[in-house]
This record gives sequence, structure tokens and C-alpha cells, in this order.
Amino acid sequence: MTTTTEHQAAIEDAAAAPQGLTRVPLSLTPLNRKEFISDQEVRWCPGCGDYAVLAAFQSLMPQLGLKRENTVIVSGIGCSSRFPYYLDTYGMHSIHGRAPSIATGLAMTRPDLAVWVVTGDGDALSIGGNHLIHALRRNVNITIMLFNNRIYGLTKGQYSPTSEEGKVTKSSPNGSIDHPFNPVALALGAEATFVARTVDSDRKHLTEVLTAAVNHRGASLVEIYQNCPIFNDGAFDGLKEQNSPALIPLRDGEPIIFGAQQHLGVARDHRTGSLEVVTVADVGEENLIVHDARSEDAAQALAIAQLTDSQALSSAPIGIFRDVDRPVYDDEARAQVTVPDANNRISELQRLVTGHDTWTV
Amino acid sequence: MTSTLHSLDRVVIRFAGDSGDGMQLTGDRFTADSAALGNDFATLPNFPAEIRAPQGTIAGVSSFQLHFADTDIRTPGDAPDVLVVMNPAALKANLPDLARGGTIIADATDFTKRNLTKVGYESNPLEDGTLEAYQVHALDLTGQTVAAVKDFGLGRKEASRAKNMYALGLLSWLYSRPLDRTIEFLDAKFDHLPQIRDANKAALKAGYDYGETTEGFAVRFEVKAAPLETGLYRQITGNKALAMGLMTGAAKAGLKLFLGAYPITPASDILHELSKVKNHGVMTFQAEDEIAAIGAALGASYGGNLGVTSTSGPGMALKSEFISLATMLELPLVICDVQRAGPSTGMPTKTEQADLQQALYGRHGEAPVPVLAAQSPGDCFTTAFEACRIALKYRTPVIVLTDGYLANGAEPWLVPDLEALPAIDPGFATEANGPDDTFLPYLRDANLARALAVPGTPGLEHRIGGIEKADGTGNISYAPANHELMVNLRQQKVAGIVRDIPDVVVDDPSGRADTLVVGWGSTWGPIAETARRVRLSGRDVAVAHVRHLNPLPGNLGDVLRAYRRVVVPEMNLGQFTSLLRSTYLVDARVYSRVRGLPISPAEFEPDLIDIVDGKDVR
Repeated sequence: MTTTTEHQAAIEDAAAAPQGLTRVPLSLTPLNRKEFISDQEVRWCPGCGDYAVLAAFQSLMPQLGLKRENTVIVSGIGCSSRFPYYLDTYGMHSIHGRAPSIATGLAMTRPDLAVWVVTGDGDALSIGGNHLIHALRRNVNITIMLFNNRIYGLTKGQYSPTSEEGKVTKSSPNGSIDHPFNPVALALGAEATFVARTVDSDRKHLTEVLTAAVNHRGASLVEIYQNCPIFNDGAFDGLKEQNSPALIPLRDGEPIIFGAQQHLGVARDHRTGSLEVVTVADVGEENLIVHDARSEDAAQALAIAQLTDSQALSSAPIGIFRDVDRPVYDDEARAQVTVPDANNRISELQRLVTGHDTWTV
Repeated sequence: MTSTLHSLDRVVIRFAGDSGDGMQLTGDRFTADSAALGNDFATLPNFPAEIRAPQGTIAGVSSFQLHFADTDIRTPGDAPDVLVVMNPAALKANLPDLARGGTIIADATDFTKRNLTKVGYESNPLEDGTLEAYQVHALDLTGQTVAAVKDFGLGRKEASRAKNMYALGLLSWLYSRPLDRTIEFLDAKFDHLPQIRDANKAALKAGYDYGETTEGFAVRFEVKAAPLETGLYRQITGNKALAMGLMTGAAKAGLKLFLGAYPITPASDILHELSKVKNHGVMTFQAEDEIAAIGAALGASYGGNLGVTSTSGPGMALKSEFISLATMLELPLVICDVQRAGPSTGMPTKTEQADLQQALYGRHGEAPVPVLAAQSPGDCFTTAFEACRIALKYRTPVIVLTDGYLANGAEPWLVPDLEALPAIDPGFATEANGPDDTFLPYLRDANLARALAVPGTPGLEHRIGGIEKADGTGNISYAPANHELMVNLRQQKVAGIVRDIPDVVVDDPSGRADTLVVGWGSTWGPIAETARRVRLSGRDVAVAHVRHLNPLPGNLGDVLRAYRRVVVPEMNLGQFTSLLRSTYLVDARVYSRVRGLPISPAEFEPDLIDIVDGKDVR
């Protein structure tokens, strides 16, 4: 733990503030994890992946160094949307799918707040799909954590927009006929400027990705694969084995290599231009794709996202797919607005209300 | 030639033509000139929903009616005295409304065989005697316009576009109004297009000169200034006044104004107006849909700003879930519904009052929301300001109802003195209010308004949400008794606003009336005008108009019970009537007209006379 003096010094160093939140005031005293834990009893089911995300988040918060009162978490409806109740910051548990719209109004008017959106696959991709894509394409300065458990948990187990085809649930006894969304590909299609994927059980990776998301100024989407032990248990088990050949970790500036022996890689098929998983020994390491998250062109990030097997999850890239700079919506909106000096505000408004075309009776 | 000058007390003119003929602009300019001469006035623009409806068809007719007078008037008038028509479709669509003996000024150029056939005229009504009951001035308006502007190098089509200015010039001569203001307007509007500017000015003057030199018009008219309350006046439309009322509410509270909106007729002008005034601390957000528009406004309110959203009926339906959330969160929010004819798309450019029950009841759960209605274009300012006051003071969403008639209609408006308006204290919490330095977000003041701490306030971190909350702490609670308590507290808070609003005022000059006409919203003008006429017939009738629809004014029950007959004119099937009947157990009767147009005093007058005389009226 740092001392107060050291922390004070850190505040004076502008680089201390996460780059995405440069206008959010820093805490004058060092904060600890416990201060971010609210007095509410956490009521997720035992074994729920949400616990791991909550714990990682509560640990991350003090590291950001931001004032606790300047952090706001807005959620929609679903199991994960209970998240704000468990953090001793400001928070709003809103209505189904609409959290990005609330966060947009809040972020536009309050650059001094760190605004988080917590949502799920049903909340963000089904009922709230419209708000999600528009928040992303506008590039509002918010960080969206999308808990994807591939099921409707709160309503007790119907198939969701990320459930695989053929999934048998209470509302699909003959198997779901819905084709699943790939949230990362959807976000890239909306030209989101920061898109990442992580897994609930990998705390280190989760923390790294969330830290990068906060450092990004603009809209950040982080898809978190999250296990629902009650209605969709084991949905991500294939990805959770040590060095699983299904998990394709992305590291910016490095060739994409994975598998227990680092024997697999991703290369481009020179005839079709599409990406494919190859054996490194077959093609040579020099022919593997080098991941470039900072590329303006989202095409390669999208191609990598398409390596996700949204059906059986036999393969899924994780990490930061894209992290690029683009003008931020709320910064631009504020740049167009000027607030008159409090002393002149009414007189200036009086001039407007009176107008130019008056007559006296 | 010389012509006789006659004084008139009131005139109703209707300009009608194709959507692209510039009739709205012509009407606007004539209105501005009438205003400058001190006439009282009221206007009724009437245009098709299609931006470019097929030319020369009835569906494509756009009109603008202006009523100006030397006395206090409140409606755009019934039957026009003068009808200016630019083509056969405009004549066909509007002739049934023209008073017999009225004047028709027609652009004969466009009365071609093809145009006549298009709207079902077998022969030319300007020539075949159809219009014998009227004074017809058929002139080659397009031809004369083209001739007047020939020096400016425009093609015939472009040149003929100035014909609306020619018509305006002629009418300006006929009603003795100077051209200066319109010339100034053209100078400013076409500053960057000198050819067009000069052509329009030339057409305007040519029209005026035509009136002066032709033998056709033996009589000119003048309408003297109206004796209005003294002060500084301007012309204002409802949407503009509403936007200014919202700005004033925010300014008086020392807050920034945030509008979230999605384009919808006839409310879009509120978004346009507020998007122009970002130098006054106004932020606007054109959202991806109606839901996001109110969501962003609620987010802005949560952040300590004044969040506002504007829409019309279909958009209100989409916002319903969010209004319930705002009711549960108890956050300030103003929702403006510019009503139009429904249901569904209905008639987007036509007026109606059929969203009252949606505003009062259109939510899930017990979700009481204050509802206010504006009664005239200028009154939209007052009503919007009052809505801001209630929203901030009581931490509640407030619905403001206007309608298409108020939104686009204009009237002279006594410019308010903003310094004289009361300040609004948003009263945000800055300190702990509970035991052990805790913050209780649902601790209530004497008005039952909750403690409101905005994010960024140290030490008051807390969570709010749509789930039922425990009294005081705001923590999640499913306790049966707590839910009932909270349902009642939310209702009592809104009901308690009655202590903070004025009683309804009854206008019963003789004190002998036994019929009371009760209205709300934009029927104010037609009711007042009808009552004036009925009183002129020697009968007694009382009038009361209600601005606060939830809660209703404290004295309203006593007022209703004091009259033998209560009649409620509404542009719906009786929504307010039902409210009065169920609230007060009085035998209020609806006078219903649902045609997409304001209630006509000419039609209502004989019916009200029958009602006052004790006859049954449907």
C-alpha cells in the first residue's frame, strides 16, 4: 500500500489518472478494496461467475485512484445488473436494456464521472441491442461490461441471443432455432473503438482488460464469458482448461500463437483472404498474423472475432481486439455548449426570449 | 385609381396552395405584419404530412389561416372572409369553408384543363358561374409574377416561385399594411442569393402595385390595433414558447438543460429550437429512438441537470416504461407531449387531445405523475416553466401536454420579465441526513420530496433502482407493508401538489349562469370565443379552464357542483369528462369533436345556446 504522501505525489503526476478519465478527480487519500464494498448482502447463486467479476472489480477500483463518489455504475435488468448494489459508489439499477442510454445522458453532462455500464447478453443484445450499437458508434466515454452467460438466468433459463442453435431450454424444448450473436463481432461492426473479451475465472486477464478499457477514452465494450451454474453450467469449460487449444489469446503486436505447446497459430489464406487456424510448423511462424489492436482498419479485428465458434465454443479469441482513438461523442457535445456566466444568464436569456421583432402596446 | 378605405374589426384570411407554393411563409409574413400593426391575431397552419405530396392534388394542399382583429381574439377564426388559392385543388379543398359573399383571389394561371381534371372539375369554376355567391378576383398571378421578375435572369419555373410574394403584396395593399418588414425579412433570408432576393422583392412590390392600379378592387380595408394589455409584445408559436419555458426553468434553478429527443411531428421544432441555443447552456441529444431520448434525459437529471424529453403520442407510448422508472427513482424530469391525431400514425400534422388518459394512466403499476396542459401558444412558456418547478421541487417526472394546434399556431405574446419569475431551488443534498452520518436517499421533506444527492457528492454514495425500496434507506425491499407504504407515499406526494397550485378561476360575468363550460388545453380559445358570442345573444354562461390535470385544482369539485349543467368540449371522445365524472360524481357531459382541427366556435355557438337553453345536444 502506498503512503498518503506518495499518493499525493501520484495525483500531481497527470499520468496517474486513467487516460480515459482525465477529468475525473483523484482521491486525495489512498483507497482500499473494502471501501468499495457496500453493506448489501450479495445474492447471486452460489458458484455464480458474477462473484469473481465483482471481486476483481472491487480490487481494481482503488487502483484507479479515482474519488469513490465520482464513480457511477449503471445497470439494466438481469442477474448481473444487481452489480451496482454491491459497490459503495453511486449507482443505478435501471430497466431492461436501457442502461447505455442513461449512461449516455450522464456522461454527456458530467465529464467528472467515471461511468460504467453493467449488462448481460439478454439485456445488451436482445432488448437493448439498439442502445448498445448506438452508444458504441457514437463513442460515448463509458465502459460497458457485458456478462455473457449465454442464457436468461433471472427469468429461470430461457435461451438468450448468444445461446447456441439447438439449445434445449424451457422456451425451446425442441431446440433453439435462433442463430447466436457474436458480441465482439457486433461491436466491431458498430465500429466500436475498444472491444475486448475476457473470462470470469481468469482474474489477472480480467483485471488487465478492464484496466485497458478504462484507459481508453471513448466507448469500451468488454465481453466477459461468465458461467451460470444453475441454468447453463459448464458453458465455458472448454476454454477454462490450462492452455486450452480452444482459447486464442491476443497480444498486441505479437503473432497469434496458442495451444499447450504453442503449436497453433492464425494465418491468412492467401486465396480467400480469410483467417484460419494453422499448425505453426506447417506454415512457419513468419507467416502468422501479427495482432494489431491499434489498426484503424477494423477488418482484421473482425476476421479474428470470426474465429469464435459461437456454437460450441471450440475456439474463442480472448484479449483486446481493438483499441483505437476517435473523437469522443460527449467531448464533442460539450465543446458545442457554452454556459453563460451565472450573473448574465437570465439577462442573456431575456434577450433571446424577447427576440428581435417586438412591438409595444 | 382611388379606392374607398373601410374599417373592419376582424378579418380571417386563408392562403392555400400546393405544398411547395410557400403558403406557410406567406402566412407567417402576413402575421408578422399584422403583429407590427398591433392587431391581435391567431393562426392555424394546416399542411399535409407528405413533404412533397403530388402536385395539384387535394392531398397536397397546404394552407395557413390567419385571424386578425382590433379586439382581443383567441381562435384562428371559423369561416375565412378571404380565400387566396393558387390552384384548383386549393379551391376545391377550401371552398366549403368560405363564408358566402366571401372573397376569392385565385391564380388563374394554374386553372388549366389538366389541373381542373385532376381534382374532378369538369369546367373552370372561375368562369362557369359556380362561384356566383362569392367575390372572385381571378388574375394571372403566375404570369404577372414572371413578368415582374423578368430582369433578374431566372428561368420561368424559378421566377414563378415568387408568386407567393406577389400574392402577399396584393393582400398587403388590400389590408393597408406596409411592405417594409417583409422587405427586411427578404433581405436577411436571401442575403446570399441576391437574384432570388431581388426577384422576391420585385414580386412583392408588383403585387402591391397591382392592387393600387387595377380597377378590380374598389375597396381597401384596415383593421386597427387591438387594445391589448400594455407592454412589449412579440409573436410566438407554441413549440418556441415551450422551449423558452424549459430554458427559463433550468436557468431559474441554476441548472443546465438537457433535451433528449427523437424527431417526431409535430414536436420536432422543440428539438430544433433548443439545438440552436447551446450558447445558453443547453445540451441537446438526438437519440436513436424515443426510449433512449428519455433515458438520456433521465441520466442527465440523475447527474444534477434538468432533463427533458419532447415527443408526440406514439413516442409517449414508447417512453412509458421509463416514466415509471422515473416515478420509482423520484428524479426530476419533464416530458412534453405535443399531441396529434391518433391512434398509431393517425394524422401526424393534425391536432387532437386524445393523449390525456395516456398521460394520466398510461403506465404499469401505481405510477402517479403530475400532468399539466397549455392553453395557448404563449401559454406553453408558462406551463413548461411550471412543469420544471414541480419536477425539481417534488423530484418527479412531470408531463406537459400541448398539441399540434398550439405547437404551430402563433399569437401575440406579452414578453415575460424573467427577473420577476421566482427562483427554483433544486435543493440537492450535500450532507448526511441519517444516523451515524449515513445518507438516507428516501428520507422525505414536508412535501414528501426525497433527499436527492447527485453523483460526485462525497460521503453520500448510494444506489437507486427500479426495484421497490425500503422507506428511508432506499435499499431493496420486498416487505409487503413497506410496498404499500411506498405506493401510498408516492401517490400522496403527487396529490399533495394541490396545496401548491392555484384554484381554478371561474369566468361568470353575470353570476347568474347555470351552465358551466369546463375545458383544458387548446380548447381555451374556441371556448372563450364561443362563450363571448353566446353572451352577446343575451344568455349567461360560465367558463373555467384547467391547467393542472393531476392533481386537479382544490376547488374544482365545488365549482362543478355549483352549476346545473357542466359541458366539457374536448378534441377526443370525453377523456377529461370521464375524469371529472369519476373524481367528483358530477353529471359532466362531453362536447366531442375529433376531426384533427380545433373546435369551431361557429359550430359550437348554436350547440352551446341549445345547452344553455336546456335542450339536448349531441
